[in-house]
Amino acid sequence: MNNIPKIPIEAWVDRLVDWMDTTFGGFFDSLSTIIEFIVNLFSNLFLLPHPLLFIAILSVLAFLIGRWPLTLFTAIGFLLIDNLGYWTETMNTLGLVITSGLISILFGIPIGIWSAYSKATHRIVFPLLDFMQTMPAFVYLLPAVTFFSLGVVPGVIASVIFAIPPTIRLTTLGIQQVSGELAEAADAFGSTSWQKLFKVELPLAMPTMMTGVNQTIMLSLSMVVIASMIGAQGIGATVYRAVTQLKIGQGFEAGLAVVILAIVLDRFTQGLFKTKKRGD
Amino acid sequence: MEQNILEIKNLSKLFGPNTEQGVRLLEQGYNKERLAKEKGITVGVNQMSLSVNKGEIFVIMGLSGSGKSTLVRMLNRLIEPTSGEILLHGKDLLKMNKAQLREVRRKHITMVFQKFALFPHRTVLQNVEYGLEIQKVNKEERKQKAMQALELVGLKGWENKYPDQLSGGMQQRVGLARALANDPEILLMDEAFSALDPLIRRDMQDELIELQEKMKKTIIFITHDLDEALRLGDRIALMKDGALVQLGTPEEMLTQPANGYVERFIEDVDLSKVITASRVMRRPETVTLDRGPRVALQLMRERGISNLFVIDRGKRLLGVITAEDAAKALKAGQGLQDILITDGPKVSQDTLLGDLFEVTSSAKVPLAVVEDDGKLLGVIVRGAVLGALAGGLSDEVSDLEVKEHE
Repeated sequence: MNNIPKIPIEAWVDRLVDWMDTTFGGFFDSLSTIIEFIVNLFSNLFLLPHPLLFIAILSVLAFLIGRWPLTLFTAIGFLLIDNLGYWTETMNTLGLVITSGLISILFGIPIGIWSAYSKATHRIVFPLLDFMQTMPAFVYLLPAVTFFSLGVVPGVIASVIFAIPPTIRLTTLGIQQVSGELAEAADAFGSTSWQKLFKVELPLAMPTMMTGVNQTIMLSLSMVVIASMIGAQGIGATVYRAVTQLKIGQGFEAGLAVVILAIVLDRFTQGLFKTKKRGD
Repeated sequence: MEQNILEIKNLSKLFGPNTEQGVRLLEQGYNKERLAKEKGITVGVNQMSLSVNKGEIFVIMGLSGSGKSTLVRMLNRLIEPTSGEILLHGKDLLKMNKAQLREVRRKHITMVFQKFALFPHRTVLQNVEYGLEIQKVNKEERKQKAMQALELVGLKGWENKYPDQLSGGMQQRVGLARALANDPEILLMDEAFSALDPLIRRDMQDELIELQEKMKKTIIFITHDLDEALRLGDRIALMKDGALVQLGTPEEMLTQPANGYVERFIEDVDLSKVITASRVMRRPETVTLDRGPRVALQLMRERGISNLFVIDRGKRLLGVITAEDAAKALKAGQGLQDILITDGPKVSQDTLLGDLFEVTSSAKVPLAVVEDDGKLLGVIVRGAVLGALAGGLSDEVSDLEVKEHE
């Protein structure tokens, strides 16, 4: 065994990253600008109204989606966050989560559909998803920083990489689960491929797909603390600072804010899709 | 008179590697087993040829694995045939491009599925509208057509329900309405009633027959159930191992089974529900009214029978006379019209054996088989009905019964 020299994976990866940085530098820069713009857009949008007004808006939405229990939880939860003084941080985090969630959906659903239709795509995409999910998140923070420097953008990228798999997987699954007879019926009546996709397969796959989207948003929220290590602002950064400075009380408060945000996001995404389904 | 609307020629479907070579080997006389063993090719449908007439219910029957579902799916190319031709009004479906094929599926051939295959996220109305919606028919028109189709299958008032709120029988009515809404020429029904329980199934069969009276569509009906095939089919194609075993009317299948397989298949059939009067009737012995009793008696003596049908010059049935009455009339110097029994039993040639049995057992004189205009077609004697029920339909048996009748 000792006769075999060490395989220089390290050197290869370094070289690849360097090459990508020099070759696609311009592309990464413009991508960075766009992502940063979107995150700021959302954050500023959420910070635009007075916290109490924004909480009122959220409560109304909560009532529409989940009736009284969710309304009460949302109102009290966000009032607590405001009271503790983490409003700005929480809204920044919300902006980051929404942005990475949207990017994941935007890319995840078409990739999922493609994988459902094409065996070859499926064979390439799914192992890649395993790789993305099992590779420790810290590892791809490094290339993210290399390409996008510090700040919120590499945070979004890392979140997307970590969070996109459930959307892709469950979109594929949802479409594959549509019974063969229904797909056959759509064909037998002379549907085009697009008609079959939009009138039969996607509506039927919707509940499964939405579980994936919900998971994706939860996963990208779980990345906020890690993203803060490379300079993404927000509640994650507060948690990170508290941990490094052993401020247990502050850490607990900030953690609580993350939990409240997580529960509200979870119930909102779940409830939203349920009401949508009923309305169809 | 009947024009064929759909014709298939040498249609084959093979599964496995190198299916084109497989087709050539089949043509060279390889059988199914040899092809599977030596080449690893499974034969789904083996060089089938048949033609379907406009306006008939054409039943394709076979046990599971006989290739009938594969065959019907090739007719609208849900399954792509390996070789052969499918001619719709003489145009080969297999030479059509995707857009032309879509046109055929939209306008000419629609399908009803075994497990209904209704779209669960759409209401009954939206399900029925589906075929029109994808053709971009405007909203009012497609709603109107869909409502018409729903009314036809007796589901008016259910249009805003979802499929899972309906019973199985009703769901399949929706399936039928969906297929009818496009006003197709040909309806493919793949085991359409097999998922329903027996009583509902009977009802659906009756309704299909009734609907067919009104619509005069061409229906290709797949089933594994012989009773269903016999009830619905104008003609039946029996399939085995992907090939056609016998093609004929229900009666032909029962009375002239092509081989042992068909015989075994039909073994348990209740003949009384299938065989019609035309099958068991014999040539009637007749006399015209202007002859006297003497001639009538002479005729009966010669033929060895005890009664005669009296007809007019147009062969229309006037009545029946018995030998006993004729003898009395001869003595009394009466004519045939005086002893004519005009209220004897009459049936049409489509009357089923089961119904004949009741009539013959209560009648004193033989049963006359007449056309709608009164023209005499034949006579049915009781022994022939019994003989047919016992399964013997050969000519010898019929002859025996004549003697018995004497």
